[in-house]
Amino acid sequence: MNKPLRRIAIFCGLLVFALLLRDNWIQYVQADDLKENKHNRRVLIARYGQPRGNIIVDGRPITGSVETNGTDFKYKRTYKNGKMWAPVTGYASQVFDANQLEKLEDGILTGNDDRLFFNRTIDMITGKEQKGGDVITTLNRKAQEAAYNGLGNKKGAVAALDPRTGKILALASTPSYDPSTVAGGSKKDEKAWTALQPKNNTDDPMLNRALRQTYPPGSTFKVVTAAAALENEKYTDIDEPTESPLPWRLPLSSKNLENEGSIPCKNATLRQALRYSCNTVFGKLGDDLGKDKMLEQAEKFGFGKEVLTPVRTNASVYPEDMDRPSNAMSAIGQYDTRATPLQMAMVASAIANDGTLMKPYMVDSLRAPDLSIIERNDPEKMGRAVSPENARKLQDMMQTVVKEGTGTNAQIPGVEVGGKTGTAQHGVANSKNPYAWFISYAKGKDGSPVAVAVVIEGSDTVRDDIAGGRLAAPIAKDVMKAVLDSEK
Amino acid sequence: MSSTSNTTTISTVGPPSRRNTELAMLVFAVIIPVFAYANAGLALSDEMPSGMLSYGIGLGLLAGVGHLVVRKFAPYADPLLLPIATLLNGLGLVIIWRLDQSKRLAARAESIGQVYAAAAPKQLMYSAMGVALFVAVLILLKDHRILQRYTYISMAAALVLLVMPVFFPAKFGARIWVTVGSFSIQPAEFAKIVIAVFFAGYLMVKRDALALASRRFMGLYLPRGRDLGPILVVWGMSILILVFETDLGTSLLFFGMFVVMLYVATERTSWIVFGLLMSAAGAVGVATFEPHVQQRVDAWLDPFAAFKNGTSDQIAQALMSFGSGGVFGTGLGQGNSDLIGFAANSDFILATVGEELGLAGTMAFLLLYGLIVERGVRTALAARDPFGKLLAIGLSAAFAIQIFVVAGGVMGLIPLTGMTMPFLAYGGSSVLANWALVAILIKISDTARRPAPTPAPSTDAEMTQVVRP
Repeated sequence: MNKPLRRIAIFCGLLVFALLLRDNWIQYVQADDLKENKHNRRVLIARYGQPRGNIIVDGRPITGSVETNGTDFKYKRTYKNGKMWAPVTGYASQVFDANQLEKLEDGILTGNDDRLFFNRTIDMITGKEQKGGDVITTLNRKAQEAAYNGLGNKKGAVAALDPRTGKILALASTPSYDPSTVAGGSKKDEKAWTALQPKNNTDDPMLNRALRQTYPPGSTFKVVTAAAALENEKYTDIDEPTESPLPWRLPLSSKNLENEGSIPCKNATLRQALRYSCNTVFGKLGDDLGKDKMLEQAEKFGFGKEVLTPVRTNASVYPEDMDRPSNAMSAIGQYDTRATPLQMAMVASAIANDGTLMKPYMVDSLRAPDLSIIERNDPEKMGRAVSPENARKLQDMMQTVVKEGTGTNAQIPGVEVGGKTGTAQHGVANSKNPYAWFISYAKGKDGSPVAVAVVIEGSDTVRDDIAGGRLAAPIAKDVMKAVLDSEK
Repeated sequence: MSSTSNTTTISTVGPPSRRNTELAMLVFAVIIPVFAYANAGLALSDEMPSGMLSYGIGLGLLAGVGHLVVRKFAPYADPLLLPIATLLNGLGLVIIWRLDQSKRLAARAESIGQVYAAAAPKQLMYSAMGVALFVAVLILLKDHRILQRYTYISMAAALVLLVMPVFFPAKFGARIWVTVGSFSIQPAEFAKIVIAVFFAGYLMVKRDALALASRRFMGLYLPRGRDLGPILVVWGMSILILVFETDLGTSLLFFGMFVVMLYVATERTSWIVFGLLMSAAGAVGVATFEPHVQQRVDAWLDPFAAFKNGTSDQIAQALMSFGSGGVFGTGLGQGNSDLIGFAANSDFILATVGEELGLAGTMAFLLLYGLIVERGVRTALAARDPFGKLLAIGLSAAFAIQIFVVAGGVMGLIPLTGMTMPFLAYGGSSVLANWALVAILIKISDTARRPAPTPAPSTDAEMTQVVRP
């Protein structure tokens, strides 16, 4: 009976061999896939197994970690003034993953980043817990407070930049949410999360309006149209009459383009047209230049591109395929022109920075747990929007708007402020509440330290172009003042 | 002429007894789990576990008693079986203890209204009972051939054991428990041994009839109907177990064991072909109308679908456990294999090995099991009587199939069947039955390797002596 016995021995050996093969397959070949599988809770358990690094503004953290007594997660993320900073930090939740900075810089914050390998190894040898690094932002605490408090309980957003570097100084979006409420894994967090979802909450508090929402920019876009006119040498002097008729009929149409109220727009100069926000002048200008030149100028200001700050922004749009009347409408920021608040802040900052557009960014540096800097972001040129001479002409025009035009609410004594108001029509046949816009910059001796864009949705008070000046300009002024004060 | 020449199987001077080898191996088999226990304790709570000393002494005592009894009652036994069983049982205790400390499992038990009781102390008690049974078998079973007398009683006992769970309520979707009060056993584990005894006894008697009285048909030897009877009965029985008790593993185990023993007894490959055909027919037949089995097959084909359609995610969790362990594992006590939840310390205990000891540790475990099987097959080869050969190969093959089915199920190689890793997993029936199985193998190996008694001096020898001048 020994021959079959030997065969059975081989059979048993094969069974064990098959198991060994399978074991090697899952524990060696597939190990990484399984380890990082999205259903593998160990990823989260490891992420919240030690305090997360912090996100830092002006040297002080705006985040924190608390120890919890949960079975899976030892630490929970906390936020200081979470509602105000939510558009900057995003959230990091034990059960709902993370977004924005919390997600993008997760490697640094958890300490898993390859660049922290050395720290990790040291910690492992000395038996210390793994620690996360910090993300140091470019934001300005005072400016952020001014922006957030200024928006108050209105729906809207503010984006502020340092035109010289592209550093993002303020990024507010209201209504907002407190990321602390969804940071944990309890029933309460789950309820808070459900309540925040757009389908349950028409306000959509988790939407980062400053970066991700595009609005029709309304009259603030006239600055871009003016820039296109100067760049293409349609006019070289901002004080020469533009030979614009009033009323001005939209091309290929039987409709007149209307101005808001009876303002002196006939043959107005560029300066006067911007001061009073003449639709007829800029509509005609857009038509004269044609859509290609308009598009080219808009793209020089950053339209049509997503910006990674590193949090992604939505691309702003100057529509490409349209007929002449639509182009004329688009040139005054209506029709299908859409811009994010950050984009309009970029427009203002490029002008304030004598035509050079800097790439906006909000992470200044990344810091290892031992406080050594492992990465520093340097200002980066994104392009030249307009020539320096034209930039100065545009500044001149925008300062007139603030000095004696629709933007007087943004005046700051002793400081040169340039701005542009806007009220974007919204809804079919202007049925919904318009968006009130204001973009501006303030200028000191050595260039401009701040450019701001403010948009307020759905204020139901006024519909005319002054609305931008009345509602949005004071907020922009406060933000600019906050930055100027901290510059001193 | 010297009588020490060793050319025949039976000789008065046998191989060395190897008892001291066994003792040395046992020392390792006790020390390794004790270190593992210390390691797990330090990892979990930064201090040496409080039961360290008593655990070490307890395991040492069990091993010592086992060794002394083997030394006295089976002096020529295989020296590896007892140490490997001790090592596996000891490490199993450590892993069960480690899972006892899991807050996650405790919270889970609480959430479904159960009291979370530590399993390790109970398992230690079962282990002691297992070793006691081991000792009892070694002492009471003077010669394994005695079992031959109980061939038909074994058959009856096996039938009773297998049918019993049908009358008790199903637990976790399978009807494999006999519950009396708070005490429950899995009769299938014991049936494994009893049925091997029956097969060995039956086949020893019928092997010639099965092997020779057959007609040749299309290159295969077709046995006569009356000889085919028992194999059909066993096949039917395993199908019935599968249907009524929804116990895929046990039916596979019994059928596989029978085919192996039949093949060894008759030396006819045709039996294997029949066996495979019939098990395939049975499996396909049952899988098409038994929802429980279908679920298992679906879970095997796509383990991660569970997260979408809300079925049991155990296989996916086990796979992630293995993957997260990687090559060297997280270290005892530092993994999260308790995410598997229910049955983490029984059916899925291998996943904890995989996560915390890694590929290296899991392969070591599989090789330890492989060694037990290999020593069992060796015993079968060395056994001098056909009954012993058949019994040894039957038990070894059953052991090998069980390892394959359980480990293969947990690792996603084959559909999960719900059996447990011998010695490692929590469960009284399993520990007791497997200690008894090892005891029988040890007894057979002792008989196989024991030197024959010195022939009595022949008085005739003197008479036929040629007197030379």
